[in-house]
Amino acid sequence: MKMTGGQIVCEGLIKEGVEVIFGILGGAILPLYDTLPRYPQLRHVLVRHEQCAAHAADGYARATGKVGVCFATSGPGATNLVTGIANAHLDSSPVVAITGQVARPFIGKDAFQEVDITGITLPITKHNYLVLDAGSLARTVKEAFYVARTGRPGPVLIDIPRDVFIEEVEYHYPGRVDLAGYKPTLQGHPAQIKKAAKLINEARQPLIIAGRGVIISGAYAELKRLAETAQIPVVTTLLGIGCFPESHILSFGMVGMHGMAYANMAVNAADVLIAIGMRFDDRATAKVSAFAPHAKIIHIDIDPAEIGKNVRVDVPIVGDVKVVLGALNKLILSTQHVDWFTQLDDWRKEHPSIVIRECDGLLPQYVVRQIYEVTRGEATIVTGVGQHQMWAAQHYWYDRPNSLISSGGLGTMGFGLPAAIGVKIGRPEETVWCIDGDGSFQMTMHELATVVQEKVGVKIAIIDNGYLGMPRQWQELLYSKRYVASRLSGPDYVKLAEAYGIPALKVKYKEEVAPAIERAMAEPGPFLIDFVVEPEENVYPMVPPGAALVEVLEEPEIRAKVRSDSAKLPLSNI
Amino acid sequence: MAKHTLVALVADKPGVLNRMASLFRRRGFNIESIAVGRSEIPDLSRMTIVVEGTTGMVEQVRKQLDKVVDVVRVSDITDTDLVARELALIKVRATSATRSEIMQIVDIFRANIIDVAADSLTVEVTGDEDKIDSLFNLLRGFGIKELSRTGRIAMPRGGVSPLPADKDSPKTRSKQPRT
Repeated sequence: MKMTGGQIVCEGLIKEGVEVIFGILGGAILPLYDTLPRYPQLRHVLVRHEQCAAHAADGYARATGKVGVCFATSGPGATNLVTGIANAHLDSSPVVAITGQVARPFIGKDAFQEVDITGITLPITKHNYLVLDAGSLARTVKEAFYVARTGRPGPVLIDIPRDVFIEEVEYHYPGRVDLAGYKPTLQGHPAQIKKAAKLINEARQPLIIAGRGVIISGAYAELKRLAETAQIPVVTTLLGIGCFPESHILSFGMVGMHGMAYANMAVNAADVLIAIGMRFDDRATAKVSAFAPHAKIIHIDIDPAEIGKNVRVDVPIVGDVKVVLGALNKLILSTQHVDWFTQLDDWRKEHPSIVIRECDGLLPQYVVRQIYEVTRGEATIVTGVGQHQMWAAQHYWYDRPNSLISSGGLGTMGFGLPAAIGVKIGRPEETVWCIDGDGSFQMTMHELATVVQEKVGVKIAIIDNGYLGMPRQWQELLYSKRYVASRLSGPDYVKLAEAYGIPALKVKYKEEVAPAIERAMAEPGPFLIDFVVEPEENVYPMVPPGAALVEVLEEPEIRAKVRSDSAKLPLSNI
Repeated sequence: MAKHTLVALVADKPGVLNRMASLFRRRGFNIESIAVGRSEIPDLSRMTIVVEGTTGMVEQVRKQLDKVVDVVRVSDITDTDLVARELALIKVRATSATRSEIMQIVDIFRANIIDVAADSLTVEVTGDEDKIDSLFNLLRGFGIKELSRTGRIAMPRGGVSPLPADKDSPKTRSKQPRT
């Protein structure tokens, strides 16, 4: 059957199970948009800036495990996608971006709205394509989805010239993909798995450090079984949050720069470290040379290029986390590590890490706790990037799989709202709270229009401290309080929300917090709360840049209180 | 820092060279030479890349190169027993007084003269880098008008190539991470 290039793209999307597309139209991609009405099963969500199309597709992908799709036109439409694509790339999120390109005769001539987007996105995509004939479109779409979702997932961009959308060719959708250069390894090497099992079975102070790979491969049950059988405490990276229930007795929270002090100390003391689906990011390891100095490290990851990249590894296992853990669990003996847990519990008492200080004013941590209380821990939290992100990671207990969605690798301010839109559209039955900072929110707050137009029932909590809080905290602690360019004004967020037609409340006092959240939950549609919090509250614990994981700064008031309660060893002696 | 020779089997498609080069550029590697041409397998090219770097750094890039979808396989053959050749064209100034002396030198190197002009000779020489360097140094005294080198192409000696033609074998090669 003959079809136009535009139809072939849509047929391919449907074959790949796509239901939602986030995008903005424009000249070069108009022929593709023109075919959309023939495919009513494809819902198009019009965003207000292409960056948000990519973030929404990314959020959708993380929430559903399916490939997120975004459309943009050539030139500025395509370049606006770049931040969102880079974000998906660094967090291994499967996104297929389709961009219009100028017609073939104009390519390379600096035509109107022409940009070399395959060149620009080369280092931030898993793969990309410039399609120069409609005959190869079907195969390209098939390959793009296959590459995006398999192995270590990532974004794939397909750039399609305007006239290719119009060209008519015979349509045939390929049944399978054959890429000589792309064969992800799923099975772990049996000998390596045996070695790992031996190390784990002989360990006295084993520790699991789990990352987003566990979530991507859906290895929740396998991870739990490993931890419970061998009685191994579990810490996670930021993006690993939600891979293991945080109120589980074996959970010791998040590690890293703003991780729990006791989690960091556990890494420092472990004799066997089982790193699962994580990549030893510098925010998680702090000073690499001082990372896990006593541990033999087992590293399970699907990406062979991650092995030995940042940290020396004793037993590397390349493979899919779920498959590898399934095989590993068969070799794991049931054990106890009583002394190890006694030690960990002592550290947890001495370094409580997330106790909130006494304060008459409204503390951001308190707001997050109240969201946790009112939602009974049953919401999916989506964050922007900054202090609020760390508080959201620390003060909400993520017991449900995949319940925190955040920008980790790229640290993209503005990710929160568009990603929350994608999450809510992907999982409409879910309560979705976007916890955002006032700085982060202002980067993409125009998406409130999308929220309204597409009737997305997302709840928005702005942690409003009038600062770009994380850089301000660094300026306070590392730059002698020179607050250069970190003071931030903003609109009246309540009026802003109302201007868009979204009900909203401003909250300044503790006692208003829970009722406001309840009010938001009672609303069937979107709701915004502007929480005006203590402006100069810091995120603790904090490992200063360049320091080792155990060189933790703790909340000074809490630290003093614990010290006076018991004369324990100072942190640096451990 | 040492010189490493990487050999890659890659799809014969536009942009592949760019994808590979950008992984080196990103890490600040200077590519000493890169040579590409058709391989024995249809639609696949074989590439020889020479870079300078520590073994750890080069191994990291090698793994990243291996991830490129258009790259079928890439190996660092520096430490294997290999044959390597380079070809150079040297246009050297020649007068009636110097022409025969140049031709003698060219003979010793088993190189060829492939073009003769009134004031120059063009020499074609094949060999390893040292041989080409030596010839170049000898001819330098006569005045070099132009030099063009292909860069190294290399393959392991005899036996089985580390890049077998079998397209279906797993992409991640036996180079097991150290244990």
